[in-house]
Amino acid sequence: MMKTLYVPCDSSAISLGADRVANAILREAEQRGIAIQLVRNGSRGLFWLEPLIEVATGQGRIAYGPVQAQDVASLFEADFLNGGDHALALGLTEELPYLKKQQRLTFARIGKTDPISLDDYLANDGYRGLNNALAMAQADIVKAVTDSGLRGRGGAAFPTGIKWNTVLNTASAQKYIICNADEGDSGTFSDRMVMEGDPFVLIEGMTIAGLAVGATQGYIYLRVEYPHAHKALTAAIDSAYQAGYLGDNILNSGKAFHLEVRLGAGAYVCGEETSLMESLEGKRGLVRFKPPLPAIKGLFGQPTVVNNVISLASVPIILDKGGDYYRDFGMGRSRGTLPIQLAGNLKHGGLVELAFGLTLRELLYDFGGGSASGRPIKAVQVGGPLGAYLPESQFDTPLDYESFAAIWAVVGHGGVVAFDDTADMAELARYSMEFCAIESCGKCTPCRIGSTRGMELMDEIIQGKDLAKNVPLLRSLCDTLLNGSLCALGGMTPYPVLSALNHFPQDFGVEA
Amino acid sequence: MTDTSTMLATVQAVTAALKDKPGALLPILHGVQDALGYIPTDSVPVIAKALNLSRAEVHGVISFYHYFRETPPGKQTIQVCRAESCQAMGAKHLEAHVKAKLGIDFHETTADGEFSLEPVYCLGNCACSPALQIGTDIYGRVSPELFDELIANTEAAA
Repeated sequence: MMKTLYVPCDSSAISLGADRVANAILREAEQRGIAIQLVRNGSRGLFWLEPLIEVATGQGRIAYGPVQAQDVASLFEADFLNGGDHALALGLTEELPYLKKQQRLTFARIGKTDPISLDDYLANDGYRGLNNALAMAQADIVKAVTDSGLRGRGGAAFPTGIKWNTVLNTASAQKYIICNADEGDSGTFSDRMVMEGDPFVLIEGMTIAGLAVGATQGYIYLRVEYPHAHKALTAAIDSAYQAGYLGDNILNSGKAFHLEVRLGAGAYVCGEETSLMESLEGKRGLVRFKPPLPAIKGLFGQPTVVNNVISLASVPIILDKGGDYYRDFGMGRSRGTLPIQLAGNLKHGGLVELAFGLTLRELLYDFGGGSASGRPIKAVQVGGPLGAYLPESQFDTPLDYESFAAIWAVVGHGGVVAFDDTADMAELARYSMEFCAIESCGKCTPCRIGSTRGMELMDEIIQGKDLAKNVPLLRSLCDTLLNGSLCALGGMTPYPVLSALNHFPQDFGVEA
Repeated sequence: MTDTSTMLATVQAVTAALKDKPGALLPILHGVQDALGYIPTDSVPVIAKALNLSRAEVHGVISFYHYFRETPPGKQTIQVCRAESCQAMGAKHLEAHVKAKLGIDFHETTADGEFSLEPVYCLGNCACSPALQIGTDIYGRVSPELFDELIANTEAAA
């Protein structure tokens, strides 16, 4: 019987040598005259074990990792095609504790299937949500999403159903669905994993959104830094058109939805929804004033849903299993699951999808295995470059939008970046100001000028110059940014800066 | 070096193919940069005319986005991630090593035209920091030694 093997095509796995491993396996199998089927799957998200290859056996899929090209010959010698023992053998993939402890709803298929195979998608519960949605009234689709309690996973956590309802109730000949795939936050990669590892789930989610609000055109605004995601999305969109899942007459329902990928060009601020729409319209990515809300006057002046990749990719399972099923996960007003990304200085970096409510400490130590360097973890930045730095004393905070807001922090897009005790928090605060200066769109003064002044101030503080004057000045500047900026870039840069100052004053040369 | 008439023919072909898309300017600029490696100054009036925009508007868009460049890049562009996750794993050290090894700073090209160096703010490879990209090939957990090896391989392949 022909053996089936899996080698991830995820770009993180590729960055560690997965393509070379795949080629080595094909070469070795040919030399030995063994017929194999090699599937390029998505990543399971256990990145310290990548490239993690799997072999299908009667007992289930058996994992080996981290595998390098030079290990391939010895794997064949050890009869890994039949699950043979080897120094890199990890046992049954599904039994790996890191994976087994998770609650994978949005990521249910990722790592299991061939991402660009529509047949694989259909064989693993794909398009069940769309089939249900096609038989429902528009308002009922929106109600299912509202009932699920899904809140925008991009960072702002606005209830998705309420946004959709506004677009549904705004009359217009043309409406749009935009997927914000400009995942620019450091420490985040869940959008990328979805687009590379299960692009059809995003396409299905956007199609359902289109049916729900009456939009016939969708755009995925993808950052140019993600070439592998671009390739996977393009291939999946082509297959969806060919099979009638996209186009003028979706599955002979008489309803239309068209979808196109548009590339960004390296501007972080274009992850802000109004700047993103300007960019899609072919302009500089300048932030717009709100109101009008994009849901009323968005892309090309028409009612527009703008949702993050994870929000849209969570829609199919909600329409498949019902809003209640999804809402039963989570805590408080944070319902469902969050794909958390463990990054930075951690031994076991990766993707952990769980219901809201786990503490940071459990994530950092039970899943993350502590720091990669073996030194104590000094600080953690949650929620990207605009998220606060949290000290050890706050590691027991449960991951939930309200609990984080209560300690002046944000969950954001669920990125968790750990730093060991060699991190200099004043340098990191300076970097936050520098980043804001580089990425500011320039429309509002606090962000455009304040970020540069902030960087200069941090330079003086780092040199120990006139701290009695400069530290209060930094606080005052942050107050202006916080309250006077047009969007979250200027408005939230004070989060990392002030949290670093408040929790680690010694790094700024001032008394606690 | 592409001569001017070939260059303009390419710009015209890309523009003609894409100009009727809604919001066509970014797709056109991507198309030109994909074909030529950069967006030559001479292409601005061609694009502006096709889209009924002013040259200033087209130039304004090119200069707004970090990714678009108006000068030819080296044979390979190296992007080193400067973001927080990579910093937590020694990105500053790697950045200093890369600059010293190539003898250039960010936004510069080596004298032999082999390499251009650009900063990047996240490659989405944060569980495998520090990360960099050479051309379209992404690498994770990059030590200075690994970088030297990658560069030697790139040069050997050239």
